[in-house]
Amino acid sequence: MNESFDVAIVGAGPAGTSAACILAEAGIKTIVFERGEYPGAKNMSGGVLYGYNLAQILPDYIERGCPIERNIIESRIWYLSKDAGYSIGYRDNIFTKERKNNVFTVGRAKFDRWFAEQAKKKGALVVPGTVVIDLLKDSTGKVTGVVTNRKEGEIQAKVVLLADGVNSPLAAKTGFRADLNPEHVALAVKEVIELAPEVIEQRFGVSSTDGVTTEVLGEMTGGMDGVAIIYTNKGSISISVGANLAELAKSKMKPYDLLEAYKQHPMVAPLVAGGKPIEYTAHWLAEGGYKTIPQLAGDGYLIAGDSAMLFNALHREGSNLAMASGKMAAETIKAALRRNDFSKQSLSSYVTNMNNSFVLKDMKKYQNFPGFLYDTHQLFNELPQVAQFMAREMLTVNGINKKQKQKSIMDEIRKKLGLMNLARIAWRGWRSVK
Amino acid sequence: MSVKIEDKLFLDRFKVDEESHLKIINPDVCKNKCKTQACLYICPAYVYRLEGDRISINHEGCLECGSCRIGCPHLNIDWRFPKGGYGISHKFG
Repeated sequence: MNESFDVAIVGAGPAGTSAACILAEAGIKTIVFERGEYPGAKNMSGGVLYGYNLAQILPDYIERGCPIERNIIESRIWYLSKDAGYSIGYRDNIFTKERKNNVFTVGRAKFDRWFAEQAKKKGALVVPGTVVIDLLKDSTGKVTGVVTNRKEGEIQAKVVLLADGVNSPLAAKTGFRADLNPEHVALAVKEVIELAPEVIEQRFGVSSTDGVTTEVLGEMTGGMDGVAIIYTNKGSISISVGANLAELAKSKMKPYDLLEAYKQHPMVAPLVAGGKPIEYTAHWLAEGGYKTIPQLAGDGYLIAGDSAMLFNALHREGSNLAMASGKMAAETIKAALRRNDFSKQSLSSYVTNMNNSFVLKDMKKYQNFPGFLYDTHQLFNELPQVAQFMAREMLTVNGINKKQKQKSIMDEIRKKLGLMNLARIAWRGWRSVK
Repeated sequence: MSVKIEDKLFLDRFKVDEESHLKIINPDVCKNKCKTQACLYICPAYVYRLEGDRISINHEGCLECGSCRIGCPHLNIDWRFPKGGYGISHKFG
């Protein structure tokens, strides 16, 4: 395989395939390398995608048979102690009609495969089962192609788009992104639990096409900075729990033990009861936030999606940032091809456009949020415990007057957290997201 | 419905390469220098196991998350992706 392409893309996930669709549509000779047996074979996320960003790439994604699991009409947030929890949710009929598919769930093995098929139909060459192990560079350091694990696997390209995901030994090897520290990622493990669609619809109170997402914080991460989810698919439920990798290493808690304990929680167990686990996967979340974003473009290359650490932990957005960044990278590449100039200078419009878009604006806005979670352990043990005490006191009818109950709640807060400390947490939390 | 880790891995589809994509660079570091042996805990696939005083690698069930690669306190793991097409293939993802 000693051929030359306009663009070589590393990774057929949402970022790489978005770029491939746009480039191929413009008649640009594009090759996409995917290390999995098929696109999606290595990919995992909680499972939400965003219709707006997908439509920016494929306006007719519905007609093209996008494998949607369920259209999300309700978002729930839970705050859990060990054996109790708070729940708030927002359901809106607008998401069944005018804003249908604003958010929907997918299985990434199916979705990414379908998405790459669309890029192929537009003319991109997608090569699965191929690992990019190095980048070709000229004497000035400009990236001029990729090296794959195949025989004679060097491919020349005018420009390379790195979209190989958050765990990138290629990044570590070539230095286009500083290798990650354990505190910059959360390790999430996920189980897909099969249930009859009607059972899911009954348990979540939805119709046959709609579903619910639940984002969970609290004690189920064993006092560690982490998060859990419950997402509804068509005939299964995705259950995942993740914790900061540095904290996991310190705590000696095993990810799969956290997942098992989470499944037993009284708020989770009834939702998955009788279900049959059908898959177990693990993946990182690029939790480091804005401060860990690498230089997004250099001589002969650009970086998009998870590779660029584009993940908004507060709003559980990632796949949309990947698609939007892939699209912006493709637009920049199109302009660079017209100029026949692939220098860092020529590709810098990608950085400018990213800075001016919601992608980096949101990442910047929440740049202190990951640090707030990481530094505030009380959010994952004392605070949910106090919150539980408070609700239990107030909801238990036992002849004790409310003023007395209030006093015992305040005593508990003082004992566990301290009032000043609680105020400080609230203030720092607010500052990290305002 | 509790599922043990061994059973969890049975749910997945692997195309196993005989040659491991994971290697311990210097076993002496694990044995003598590494106090925490974080790989034994952080790995979501129970790839690393203590056998006597050495750590064994069961690469067949690796979920390819990369946690051991950066989580090893001595960066003592030579971590590559499995050869193209090998390793885990997600069915649902």
